[in-house]
Amino acid sequence: MVKEIERVGLPAVQICAIVPIAVTVGANRIIRAIAIPHPTGDPTVGRREEFEIRENLLKKALDALCSKIEKQTVFK
Amino acid sequence: MEKVRVVHYLNQFFGQIGGEDRAGIIPQMKEGPVGVGREIQNESKGRFEIVRTIICGDNYAAEHLEEVEPLILKWVDEIRPDLFWAGPAFAAGRYGIACGTMCKAVQQKLGIPVITAMHPTNPGVEAARKEMYIIETGDSIRDMKRVIPKMVALAQKILDKASIGMPEQEGYLPRGIRVNVRAEKRGSKRAVEMLLKKLRGEPFVTELPIPHFDRVAPAPPIADLSKAVIALVTEGGIVPKGNPDRIEAHNASKYCKYFIGDLNDLTGEAFQTAHGGYDPVYANDDPDRVLPLDAARLLEERGLFAKLYDYYYVTVGNVTAVASAARYGHEIGELLLKDGVQGVILTST
Amino acid sequence: MDELLIRKVRVQDVTFGERTEIIDHLLRINREELVRYLLEDSHLKSVEIKLARPGEKKRIIPVKDVLEPRAKSGGTSTTFPGFLGTAEPVGTGITCVLDGVSVVTCGKLVNFQEGLIDMAGPGAAFNLFSKKLNIVLVMNPVENLGKHEHEKAVRVAGIKAAHYLGQAGILAPFDEEIRYPVATCPELEIAYRGLPKVIYIDMVIAQGLLHDNYIYGMNAQGSLPVFLSPTELMDGAIVSGNCAAPCHKNTTYHQQNNPIVEDLLSEHGKTLTFLGAIAMPVRTTLLDKERMCTQVLKMIRFLGAQGAIVSEDGGGNPEADLMMLARLFEKEGIKTVLVSDEYAGRDGASQGLADVTPEADAIVTNGNGNQYVVLPPMEETIGHLEAIDVITGGHTGSLRSDGWIEMEIAGIMGSTVEVGSENLMTVAI
Repeated sequence: MVKEIERVGLPAVQICAIVPIAVTVGANRIIRAIAIPHPTGDPTVGRREEFEIRENLLKKALDALCSKIEKQTVFK
Repeated sequence: MEKVRVVHYLNQFFGQIGGEDRAGIIPQMKEGPVGVGREIQNESKGRFEIVRTIICGDNYAAEHLEEVEPLILKWVDEIRPDLFWAGPAFAAGRYGIACGTMCKAVQQKLGIPVITAMHPTNPGVEAARKEMYIIETGDSIRDMKRVIPKMVALAQKILDKASIGMPEQEGYLPRGIRVNVRAEKRGSKRAVEMLLKKLRGEPFVTELPIPHFDRVAPAPPIADLSKAVIALVTEGGIVPKGNPDRIEAHNASKYCKYFIGDLNDLTGEAFQTAHGGYDPVYANDDPDRVLPLDAARLLEERGLFAKLYDYYYVTVGNVTAVASAARYGHEIGELLLKDGVQGVILTST
Repeated sequence: MDELLIRKVRVQDVTFGERTEIIDHLLRINREELVRYLLEDSHLKSVEIKLARPGEKKRIIPVKDVLEPRAKSGGTSTTFPGFLGTAEPVGTGITCVLDGVSVVTCGKLVNFQEGLIDMAGPGAAFNLFSKKLNIVLVMNPVENLGKHEHEKAVRVAGIKAAHYLGQAGILAPFDEEIRYPVATCPELEIAYRGLPKVIYIDMVIAQGLLHDNYIYGMNAQGSLPVFLSPTELMDGAIVSGNCAAPCHKNTTYHQQNNPIVEDLLSEHGKTLTFLGAIAMPVRTTLLDKERMCTQVLKMIRFLGAQGAIVSEDGGGNPEADLMMLARLFEKEGIKTVLVSDEYAGRDGASQGLADVTPEADAIVTNGNGNQYVVLPPMEETIGHLEAIDVITGGHTGSLRSDGWIEMEIAGIMGSTVEVGSENLMTVAI
C-alpha cells in the first residue's frame, strides 16, 4: 500500500519484517521491523526497553520521511 | 432435458418485500418462485423450476451470519435441489457478499452446485470467485435480461459436468485461479514457436504471467518535520475490540478509519488484532506493538513533528489480493492528502 | 561431416521366450538370462521382470526411472556412456532403438519420491508411458543396504536392462532410419548464415540422493555446465538419478527422447540454427547457482547464441536458476523462453513458481502438479500399492478402503514433465 500512498505525492515509509517482499512489491522507503507478529514491539525485553525500541524505530521512520531518495531505500 | 430443481436466494428488494428500510428482515422461505425467479423459469422454458425461494435482509445476513447460514442450509438440504441460485446481486455490496457466502456454504457443506452473478467491483467477487462461477453483470438492474440467460446456460454446463470455456466465452468473471487443460501441441513445440516469435519481434503470449510490480518515483521528502502532520496506517489489522466493522482475517474486503485523537496509548482492553496470518498474542497484549501510538504521541509531545493525525487507517494484509491492496493504498493516500497530512508511517506484519 | 543414424525397430508386443530377440515386431525376452545379468550386482537380492501393456488394467508403483532400450551398432562406444565400461563420446555412428518399449525400474521404495504409472483408466491419460510396452524390473535390495547403494543398484540395473534389450534391436530389421548430421560450429556458420542461433539449456538437478543426474556416468554434483550435442542426448549421455517429483523429474527416457531437441531439430536449417545443448547442474546454494548460470552465459556468448530455451528439472529452488538465467540472458539481448510447470495449489489459486523476475516474460507451463485426481482400482499392481500413501502427490489415506486412489498428479510419472513431452497446460480462468 505504501507505494500507492507515495504515488499520490505523500512520502510514506513501511515498517515490515520481510524486507525483500517490500522491495519486490515496490515500496520506496523501507525499515526493517522487529518481527512479523510485533513489528514495532519486542516482548522478550522489559516494557521500558521495548518502548525505547519502538521510539527509535519511529524516529528512524520520521528520518526516512525527511530523506531525499532517488530509488528504493532500506533505511538502517 | 431433465428438469432442474432450483432453490433461489434473494435479498429484501428482489424478494419484493421492501427497500433499504427492510434490509434488516430475518430470513424467510416461500415455496415456488418470487419475482426474478419467474424470469428464470421463463428463460429456461420451464426447464429450471424454482421450487423454493429464500429471502433475507442484506443487513441481517451481514450481521447474523452465524444464525443465517445454518438456517439457509437447513432449508436447502430439506429438499435437495439440483442447483442453488443466488441473486443476481449487480453492484449491491452486502447482497453480493451474502450471495457469495451462501453459495460457498451450500457448495461446501451440501455438495450442491451453485451459481451467482454480480458486477466486477462488488466486494462479493473477491470473496467468492475462487470457489465458484460468478456471471459478470452491469451495475444496474436493466442488465437483468442479458444476465439471466447467461446464468441459465452456465448453470446447465455445470450440472452436465460439461467442459467450461474461458471467462470471455461463458461470461463469468475471471476467477483468479489456474486450471489444467490439454493443449493442441506439446509443451516443447509451444516453446519453440514462442521462441521463434520472440526472435522475430512478433507478439507472443506467455503461459505463466509473472506478477508485475511497477515502481513509483519517490515523493518529495518532508521539508520541515516540526511543522508536519504525520499519520499512522497499518496492514496489521489493529481494530477496536470486537472488530465492529468486521474486517476479515484474510483477503480483507475493506479498510477502516478509527479515531485516536483522544488516545495516548493502545491497550489490549480497547483494541485487538483482526489479522489471521500471524500469532495474535503479542498484538492483543499490547496493540502498540503493531500500531505504535504510544511512541508516536511521545514524539509529538516533544515537538519532533507538529501533529499526529486524529485517525488511523487499518486493513488486514493477509493474502489480500494485490489489486485490492493497491486500491486501498490509493484511496487512503488521497484521503490523507486531502486532510492535510504530510507523511505516513505504515506498519505491516 | 559426422552423423548419427537412429534405427527404430517398431515393437508391437512383448513376451517371454527362450532367446531375447525381435521377430516380426514381437519382442521375446529370455527372462532368466536378463535376471541373471542384473543379479551380477550383489547389492540386489531379487529381480522380477513383469510386463505391462497399453490398455491392461495394471498399475506400476513405485517407479524410480524409465529408460528406452537403445544400443550402439558397431563402434566402441556404448549408449549410457560411463556406465557400461567405457565413457567414449557418443552421438555418432548407428544407434538402435526399440520403439514402443520402455524399461521401468520399480520395487522397494528407496525414498518417498517415486511415482506411479497406470496402463488404463483415467490415470493413463497423464503420460506417454501408458502407451508403451513396459518391461518392469521389480527389485529388492539385500538386507540393510544403505539408501545410496540401493538407489545406485536399481539405477544401474535399469541401464543394463535398457542396453541389453537395445542390443536385440541390432539384429532385427529396422522400420525407420533417421539421419542426424553432427556439424561443427564453423560448418553450421557456413551452412546457415543468417538464421538465428539457438541454444538449449537442459537444467539437471544435482542435489543429493534421489535428486541427482549423471552426465557421461559422472554425478553432476561435481560438474560445471557441459556442452552436449543433440545426438549425445539421444545416446543416453544424461541418465537420471532424480525422483523429485514424479510429475516433473526428467526421466532418462525424456532425455533420450528430448522433445525440445526434437522440435528444435525440425526447425534447424529452416528458421533457426540449433547449436546444441548445455547440461547445467542445479545446486542449492546461491553461490553455486551464480557459478553455474554465469558459466552458461559465458559459453553461449562465445557461441554467439541469439535465442535460448531453458527447461527445468524438478521444482522449487531450481526456479531461482530459471529466473537467474532469464535475467542474465535477456540483459545480453539473448531472447529466452523458459519451460516449466507449476504448483498452483489444489484450488489453482497460488502463485505457481517459487521465484519471479520481470525478464521471465516468455514461459511455457506444462501444468499444475497439484491437480487432484481419483483413480480407480486396477486388476494388478506391479510393485507395492501401499507406497501411494507416502509418495509425493499421495498422502495418508490416499489408498481408500474401496481400492480407489486419491492423489495429486504430482505423483504420476511425467505428468507435468518440463521438457514438454506432454500437452498438459494451465490457463487462468
